[in-house]
Amino acid sequence: MDLPTIWFILWGVLWAVYFMLDGFDLGAGSLLSVLGKSEAERRMIYRTMEPLWDGNEVWLVTAGGVTFAAFPTTYAVMFSGLYSALMFILFALILRGVSFAFRGAVDDRRWRGLWDFCLMGGSFLPALLFGVAFANIFKGLPLDEHGVYQGSLFTLLNPYGLSGGLMFLLLFLVHGALWLAVKTTGSLRERALEMAKRLWAVLLVAAVIFLLASRRVTNLYDNYLAHPILFAIPLITVAALIAMRVWMAKGEGWQAWFASATTIVSATLFGVVGLYPNLLPSSLDPAWSLTIYNSASSPLTLKIMLGVALTFVPLVIAYQTWVHFLFKGRVKEADLGYEESY
Amino acid sequence: MDALMLSRLQFAAATFFHFLFVPLTLGLSILIAIMETLYVRRGDEEYLRLAKFWGRIFLINFAVGVVTGLTLEFQFGTNWARYSKYVGDVFGSLLAIEATLAFFLESTFLAVWALGWRRLSAKQHAACIWLVALASNLSALWILIANAWMQHPVGYVLREGRAEMGDFLAIVSQPFAWQIFFHTISGAYILAGFVVMGVSAWHLLRRQHLSLFSKSFRLGLALALIFSLAEVVQGHIHGAEVAKIQPAKLAAMESLWETQANAPQTLFAIPDEKNERNRVEIGRIPGALSMLAYHSPKAVVKGLKDFAKEDRPPVTLTFVAFRVMVGLGFLFVGLTLWGWWKRKKLVESPGYLKVMLYALPLPYIALQAGWVVTEVGRQPWIVYGLMRTREAVSPIAVSQVALSLTAFVVVYGLLGLGAFYLMVQYAKKGPAAAPAGAGEEAG
Ligand code: HDD
Ligand code: HEM
Ligand code: HEM
Repeated sequence: MDLPTIWFILWGVLWAVYFMLDGFDLGAGSLLSVLGKSEAERRMIYRTMEPLWDGNEVWLVTAGGVTFAAFPTTYAVMFSGLYSALMFILFALILRGVSFAFRGAVDDRRWRGLWDFCLMGGSFLPALLFGVAFANIFKGLPLDEHGVYQGSLFTLLNPYGLSGGLMFLLLFLVHGALWLAVKTTGSLRERALEMAKRLWAVLLVAAVIFLLASRRVTNLYDNYLAHPILFAIPLITVAALIAMRVWMAKGEGWQAWFASATTIVSATLFGVVGLYPNLLPSSLDPAWSLTIYNSASSPLTLKIMLGVALTFVPLVIAYQTWVHFLFKGRVKEADLGYEESY
Repeated sequence: MDALMLSRLQFAAATFFHFLFVPLTLGLSILIAIMETLYVRRGDEEYLRLAKFWGRIFLINFAVGVVTGLTLEFQFGTNWARYSKYVGDVFGSLLAIEATLAFFLESTFLAVWALGWRRLSAKQHAACIWLVALASNLSALWILIANAWMQHPVGYVLREGRAEMGDFLAIVSQPFAWQIFFHTISGAYILAGFVVMGVSAWHLLRRQHLSLFSKSFRLGLALALIFSLAEVVQGHIHGAEVAKIQPAKLAAMESLWETQANAPQTLFAIPDEKNERNRVEIGRIPGALSMLAYHSPKAVVKGLKDFAKEDRPPVTLTFVAFRVMVGLGFLFVGLTLWGWWKRKKLVESPGYLKVMLYALPLPYIALQAGWVVTEVGRQPWIVYGLMRTREAVSPIAVSQVALSLTAFVVVYGLLGLGAFYLMVQYAKKGPAAAPAGAGEEAG
C-alpha cells in the first residue's frame, strides 16, 4: 500500500471517529429541550456531555489538521469552496461550545434559555451541514481546472445533498438519544429510549433513500462493483442498523449505543471507500478531480505524520477511554448541584 | 474592499480575539497548578480555595479560547487557500501535530479537573491541572514554530510549485522559533501575573479575605517579576535576531529611512511614509540601534529607502506598536520590582495596590502590540521572502467574506462582552467558604 493510500484510510477513519464521538453530543444537544422537560432534566443532559464534548471536538480539529497536512490542496479547495457552509458550522460550534461554560454562570431563567437555544441550534446545524457537505463531496463539486469552486451555498442544497444532511442528522439524533438513555435516570431515560425508537424508523427510511440515490447520483458503487468484498462495509452498516433496533426493543441501552456507533463509522467509511482514490471529485470534468495522488503532501511529510499519528493517537484513545470509565454510570439528579458549585 | 483586504481584516480580528484569551490560559494554568500543589503539599486550605476561585475564571476564559481557536484552524483553508496549497506540506503538519500532541491532552484533562473533584485523589487531581498547563504551553510551542516558519522559512525545498518539507529538524529547532516561543510565553506569564495581582488588589483594597489574597498576590508577583526581567533581556536578543533575518521589519520598527553606520534609536517620532522621512523626532540616541542590532556602534543598519517600495511593511503601525510594547516592558519591570519591595506589607500599601489594579489591562496591550510588530512588520510577505500576502488569498467572492466578517464582529463582540462580564462577576464574588478538596465528600 502506498503512503497516500494509508493516509487516505487514516483520513477517513479520523472523520468517522469524529462523527461517532461528537455525534452523540450533537444529537443529545439538539434534543435538549425536546427531552429535557424540567430544569433538572436539562442539567442532567448537559452533565452527560460536559466531561467529554471538548475532547470529542478535538477530533474535528485533528481531522481538519490532517487534511491540511496530508492533502493540502484538498484542504485548500474543500474549505474555500465550501466557505459559507463551513462558516455556519463554525459559528454553530462556537455558540455550542460556550453554552457549556456560560449557561450555569448566571442564575436567571432567560439567561439559561438563551444558552439552551444556542446549544440546540449549535448542535443541530453542524449535524445537518456535515451531512450536506459530505453528500456533495460524494456527488462531486463543481470544480474547474484550477480547483476553483464554481457554485454557491445553494448549489449544495440539492436534493441529494439534503438527503445526506437528513441522514446525518437522524444518525446523530438517534445516537444522542441512546446516549441519554444510557447516561440518565428516571423518566428522562425512558423518554430518550422512546425517542430513539421513533427516530430510528425515520432514519431507516432516510438511509434507504440515501443509499438508492447514491446509486443514481454518485459513482460511489464503482469501487464496490470492482471489488465485491468491499460490500462488507455497507452490510455492516445495515446489520448494525437492524441490531440497534433489536437491542432497543430489549432495552439493552449500551448494546444499542454501540450498534449506533458502528452504524455511523461504517456509513462514513462506506462513502469514503467509494470515493477512493478521489478526495474531491469534480462534477464538471473527472480530469479536474482532486485525488490522493495529485493533492498529497511529499513522502517525507507523510512519513513524519505517520510516525506522529501512530505514536500519539493510541495514547489519546487510551486516556479518553480512561475518562469514559472515570465518569461511568448514570448521572443522577443528586449529582447535579455538586461539582459545578465549587 | 476586495476579498484580500477583508480576509486580512477577518484574520486579524479572529487572531487578536483568540489571543485575548490564550495568554491567560497559558499563565493561569501554571499558577493554579502551583496553588493546588501547595495545598496538597502543605495541606493549607487557603490554597485550595484559591485554586477553585481562579479555576472558575479560568474555565470561562478557556472556553472562549477553545471556540475561537477552532475558527483559526479553518481560516487557513477558507481564506488563504492558495497559501495553504503552497505551504501545507510544511505548515499543515505542524498544525496537525499541535492538535494530536496538545489539544487532546488539554481539553480532556481540563474537563477531568473541572468535574472530577470527587472522583480523583488530591494528588491525581493536581496532576490533571499540571497536564493542562503542560499541554497548553506545548500547543503554544507548536503553533509558534509554525508562525516562526512564516517569519523565517527554513528546512524546505521548492518543488512542483510549492514549499515541501526538506528537513523537519531544521524547522523545529530553528533558534528564531524558540525566541518567539520564549518571548510569547513570558509575555503570557506576565499577563497572568498581572491579572492575579489586579484582582487580588481589588479584594485587598476592600479589606476582605486578606490572608488569602495576599498569598495570591505574591504568587502572581513572583511569576510576573521573573518574567518581566527575562522578557526585557530576551527581547533584546530577539530584536538582534530580527535585524539579521528581516532587515525591512527592523527598519520599520525604528522608522529608519537612511542606511547608516552609528544608526540612532528614536524614542518618539511621527513617520511620514509618503515623503520617506520622519516628521517629528524626539530623543535620538546616536548609535543605539547599531549597538542593539549588531552589538557595535559602527555597524551599518539598512534604512527603508534601500528597500523597494513594494517590499516595505507599513511603517507607522509597526513603529508605534514596537514603542508601546517596549515601553510597557520597562514599566512592568518597574512595577514588579516595586511590588517585591512592598511584598511583606501589601495590605498597608493601598497606593501600590491601586496602581496594580489599574495596571491589569496593560499586559494585554503589550501582547497585542507585540503581535502587531511581528505580523504587520512581516508584510507584504505572508511567508517571508517566499510568498506575498496578496498571492495567498482564496478565490472567493467578496460578499462571502464581507458577510462572515460582519458575523465575526457581531458574535465575537457579544461573546467578548459576555465572557468579560462573567469573569468580572466571579472575580468580585471572591472565593467560596471552605470547599471540599479532591477525594473528599461534599460538605
Ligand atoms: C501562544 C499561544 C497560541 C497562539 C499564537 C495560538 N493559539 Fe490557539 N490555542 C492556544 C494557544 C495559542 C491555547 C492556549 O492552547 C488554547 C487557548 C485556550 C485553549 O483552550 O487552548 C488554544 C486553543 C486553540 C484551539 C482549540 C483547541 C480545542 O478545541 O481544545 C484551536 C483549534 C487553535 N487554538 C488553533 C490556533 C491557530 C490555528 C492559531 C494560529 C493562527 C492559534 N491557535 C494561535
Ligand atoms: C495570536 C497571536 C497573533 C496575532 C495577534 C496575529 C495578528 C495578525 C495580524 C494583525 C495580521 C495582519 C497583518 C496585516 O495584514 O497587515 C496577521 C497576519 C497573518 N498572520 Fe498572524 N497573528 C498571530 C499569530 C499568528 C500565528 C500563530 C500564525 C500562524 C501559525 C499567524 C498567521 C498569519 C497569517 C497567515 C497572516 C496573513 C493574513 C493577513 O495578512 O492578515 N498569525 N496576523
Ligand atoms: C522591553 C523589552 C522588549 C523588547 C526589546 C521586545 C522585543 C520584541 C521584538 C523585537 C519583537 C518582534 C519579533 C518578530 O518580529 O518576530 C517582539 C514581538 C513580541 N513581543 Fe516583545 N519585546 C519586549 C517586551 C515585551 C513585553 C513586555 C511583552 C508582553 C507582555 C511582549 C510581547 C510580544 C509579543 C506577544 C510579540 C510577538 C511574538 C514574537 O514575535 O515573539 N514584548 N518583541
